Amino acid sequence: MGWRKLLLLIAVLSVAQLASAQSPKYGVGRTPTAEEIRAWDISIGPDGKELPPGHGIAAEGAKLFREKGCVVCHGGTGSGGPAPTLIKSDGKKKSMYPCLVPCVDDSNVMSLHAQYATTMWDYINRAMPLNKEGTLKPDDVYSIVAFLLFKNGVIAEDQVMDPQTLPKVKMPNHDHGALAPDWKHAAPRLAGYP
Amino acid sequence: MESKSSGRRKFLKTGAALAGAAAAGVRPAGAATSTPDMDTPDLEALIAYGQRSPFVKSKRISVMERMTPDEFGMTFHVLSPIQDSVGIITPSSLHYISTHRGSYVPNIDPKEHRLLIHGMVDRPLIFSMDEIKRFPFVTRMHFLECLGNRAKPSHKTVQETHGLTSCSEWTGVPLSLLLKEAGVQSGAAFIVAEGAESVKGATSIPIGKAMDDCLIVYGQNGEALRPQQGFPIRLLVPGFEGMHNVKYLRRIKVVEQDYMTYNDYGHLVPDPRVAALTRIIGPKSIITFPSGEQKLPGPGFYEITGLAWSGSGAIRNVEISTDGGQTWNPAELRTPAYPMAHARFAFPWTWNGKECVIMSRCTDELGTRQPTRAESAKYFNKPDDKDFRVPGADNSVFPWRIAADGSVQNGMA
Repeated sequence: MGWRKLLLLIAVLSVAQLASAQSPKYGVGRTPTAEEIRAWDISIGPDGKELPPGHGIAAEGAKLFREKGCVVCHGGTGSGGPAPTLIKSDGKKKSMYPCLVPCVDDSNVMSLHAQYATTMWDYINRAMPLNKEGTLKPDDVYSIVAFLLFKNGVIAEDQVMDPQTLPKVKMPNHDHGALAPDWKHAAPRLAGYP
Repeated sequence: MESKSSGRRKFLKTGAALAGAAAAGVRPAGAATSTPDMDTPDLEALIAYGQRSPFVKSKRISVMERMTPDEFGMTFHVLSPIQDSVGIITPSSLHYISTHRGSYVPNIDPKEHRLLIHGMVDRPLIFSMDEIKRFPFVTRMHFLECLGNRAKPSHKTVQETHGLTSCSEWTGVPLSLLLKEAGVQSGAAFIVAEGAESVKGATSIPIGKAMDDCLIVYGQNGEALRPQQGFPIRLLVPGFEGMHNVKYLRRIKVVEQDYMTYNDYGHLVPDPRVAALTRIIGPKSIITFPSGEQKLPGPGFYEITGLAWSGSGAIRNVEISTDGGQTWNPAELRTPAYPMAHARFAFPWTWNGKECVIMSRCTDELGTRQPTRAESAKYFNKPDDKDFRVPGADNSVFPWRIAADGSVQNGMA
């Protein structure tokens, strides 16, 4: 074999090896369609890039808060119900839920505690209302988030929530949440802690 | 001609009589001469799937802070009866239960269930449950513990103080294997794992952990995962707080940052030190015998026994104090010490009949020792009083007080 042929063989083998490193090893499972992924992907990250088209305002959200039955569990004023407090009040309401920081009415108000408004959108969209989870339309979710943020003094009454404005809302607790340090194999959970 | 059934009954009776005769030498006459009643419930059902003795009553209870089922009929937190536990495997029927928010246990047909992996991957993939089982599997022992597993002075039994932890033999596929099959792209920093139950419970997990030792499990203690534990598949994130171990796993999205889902947000704290202590379970141990509401019949020989575990690896050693923490003596490990699994310890002990306080503490393979409440308070520069709340996952040393009459009570009270 000439040296040119040898070089060519080495080159071909290297490319083949590279390709095999990047290709699936087992070939089990199938490729989902783009439509399948769209239908399943309900995760909304802090930058809001997955937010669907739509918009909503507080006045519409106030209506939906009654129509969709939120009041049944969260109380007519957004507090005092068996489910977590959603709207801060001056009362000293006792809740069965652990009080997070900042603690409001002995409960945690998502509008005040979440670092990102996207957390609210994501959760209301996937997990509310009870027993009818996943039935809210994007406009409904934008409106309910707008209503809760307005009632807690985070945004103005007329501020429209949409894919552009919602991720930009400056949340009161934005700078007060700490992430755990980068995870490393076999590192102590907190160096120096007894 | 005898029927099959009466033939079996005759054999069983003969067997019971023989057992009675063998025991006669050591038992009181009354016990030896009486033949135990034949319990004849639905034998077909018992042959198909066995049950425990009707004399064994050990059962789960809901946490006192929020009942299960709650006012909406949902399951929230249910405690495992670890005061009755032996060895290190929690029977699947007695495994503690925690749910995201509180939810209903879904009835999922595994034929319909799928797992989707997508996001920052070269090849999004969707798997049926049969396809998941075609991948090379591993079987490992791992504990789970809820962040809410926190002893309070008002708790009476070890089920109430420490019942939100359990340990099982899990079988499944390493998550790293499936992520490699999909091809994780550079820049990926977290995965978001999501369940199929009504609330679609989701959490963010660092990609380093996801590629290290996480499992997608379909087997628990030699059989299919139970619905209360995530049937048909759940994520196992060894050593991380229970919330990350997503049940009914249906989707994994590879992303560039912590997605701060409802569950992530729910455990959000302002202090990064507390965030570190919240995410990973620290070295922790608890004496399960003698424990709250049990009673020693009198002075004499007993074995103090209990469970030890750590979210950072295997348990290296356990120590016992019978004088309220003044002196410590090594306990024996009676089971292998698997990484991120319960280990069973025992300490042969002769009780002198005087009031005393017993406690255990453990050290894990990283050399981290379970702290006392006082040590934790000192680290956080807070007074060690009744109001002090151990930050993060509470893994502090826990005392049982044994009174002169042998009764055992919560030593925090």
